Amino acid sequence: MNSLIELIPELNQAFFETLLMVGIALAIAILLGLPLGILLYVTDQGLFLENKFIKRVVGIIINLIRSVPFIILLVFLLPLTQLLVNTTIGPLAASVSLSVAAIPYYARIVESSAREIDKGVIEAAVACGASPWLIIRSIILPEAKPGLITGLTITAISLIGYSAMAGTIGGGGIGDLAIRYGYYRYDNTVMFTTVILLIVIVQFVQYLGDFIAKTVNRR
Amino acid sequence: MILLENITKKFQTKSNVIVGVDDVTLSINKGEIYGIVGYSGAGKSTLLRCMNILERPSSGSVKIDGTDLLQLSNKDLRKARQSIGMIFQGFHLISSKTVFENVAFALKAAGIEKKAITKSVEELLEIVGLKDRINQFPAQLSGGQKQRVSIARALANNPKVLLCDEATSALDPGTTKSILTLLKRINQELGLTIVIITHEMEVVKEICHRCAVMQDGKVVEQGKTYDIFSNPQQPLTKTFIQTVLNFDLPPKLLQTIHGQLIKLQFCGDMAAEAVVSDMLQTFEVQGNILHGKIEYIQDTPLGIFIMEIKGEKQELDNALTYLRQRVNKVEVIVA
Repeated sequence: MNSLIELIPELNQAFFETLLMVGIALAIAILLGLPLGILLYVTDQGLFLENKFIKRVVGIIINLIRSVPFIILLVFLLPLTQLLVNTTIGPLAASVSLSVAAIPYYARIVESSAREIDKGVIEAAVACGASPWLIIRSIILPEAKPGLITGLTITAISLIGYSAMAGTIGGGGIGDLAIRYGYYRYDNTVMFTTVILLIVIVQFVQYLGDFIAKTVNRR
Repeated sequence: MILLENITKKFQTKSNVIVGVDDVTLSINKGEIYGIVGYSGAGKSTLLRCMNILERPSSGSVKIDGTDLLQLSNKDLRKARQSIGMIFQGFHLISSKTVFENVAFALKAAGIEKKAITKSVEELLEIVGLKDRINQFPAQLSGGQKQRVSIARALANNPKVLLCDEATSALDPGTTKSILTLLKRINQELGLTIVIITHEMEVVKEICHRCAVMQDGKVVEQGKTYDIFSNPQQPLTKTFIQTVLNFDLPPKLLQTIHGQLIKLQFCGDMAAEAVVSDMLQTFEVQGNILHGKIEYIQDTPLGIFIMEIKGEKQELDNALTYLRQRVNKVEVIVA
């Protein structure tokens, strides 16, 4: 018990570090993964911006990143991390590789939730003479919104898992704490505490995601 | 208004090329309601989708009001599409948006200002009779109401043409009728040219001024609806007409017939009963009407009667000659 109380400041710091790196990665995923996913969708065959070349090139790049195991990606991206944030340790550094992993991950989820939209609705919009931008803004995004939010939840939870791996190479966060105390020092109490903390976070994220998805569903 | 010239649409599949529309030339006049009928797979839907380039024809030209749509840039094509409304069998409304927002979408597409949009949407919903549903979502509406919303959306930018892709096929007969009445009213009040794709001859009979019958990607027959109904040429057309004008007699009844079985067709305002009773009085024949119907094809009656006539051979021949002079079409079914 005493050791737990002693741990609180460190646990607290770890918690915010995790929050920071996952938060940054999620924000980047929305900022870049979302448009990329939409791009993949609208360049699909039979859609209003059909473009085999773009579709294929973007698809290949995404698959390329997604096929690299995250732990390898971490190491591989160290030079880029150094370039961007001027360091390779700490949560900010970890958020670089987390973001790189999150972008294609979320892009694919966006693409598949956009595919759920009734093609006829998009066709009706094309028949109205709507511009591609208007169709994306007024039809694809609102119609896919519940799926986009559920997808963001899935991405967030995966990122929490990934962040533990980032911890192993000095990224900080809860995962890092678990490995340092639990694995290297055989301190089961700390390990269990961090695991429980992770479970609580994941449950909370899932609950929050489901709740928001339900709220925005206007049908 | 709509001029299609030598439209061919081919679809490339993995193994072969499918010809959806095969060299169709069609001219649709301003202000008319034009029906295109055919079984599914006949290419009628593809042909309709060529009219606003939802489907780009492999060859041929599509002219709407003198503009060749295939020559337009993407931007100009979008502009042109704003004056071509379209409604679908599946309504295709945005499920996450209200009735108001769905109609407003079309106006937004045309770059109309927000203030003007609110006013226009209200007017449009007034036309289709759904003003009280303005804030509801599509899921809360019935099929007929959804189609009304999509009609309002299609009319949003004062189009010159309205394309209807099986617009009533998903609706029950009563709702179909009310939607057709609405389309007819729009046609008369706004002078809109309407093209209707359907497999229901009933729809054509109800509102189309002219129609075309399609089979295997080709137009096999076209003309005024009344002429098509009263004098179909192609076997397929006859089959379609039969869905509305069916005069098959029960086999049991046919066995009891001893005289001649004839089919009389009256077009327009001919007094059918008078002709028949004149014939019976003038000649020594007995007549018995077995089946008959007067169908009104857009207010012009088309009467068809099936009669059994009995008598001496000479009298029967005379009676038939007499009928042939007074009636549009006499057909001896069983001599």
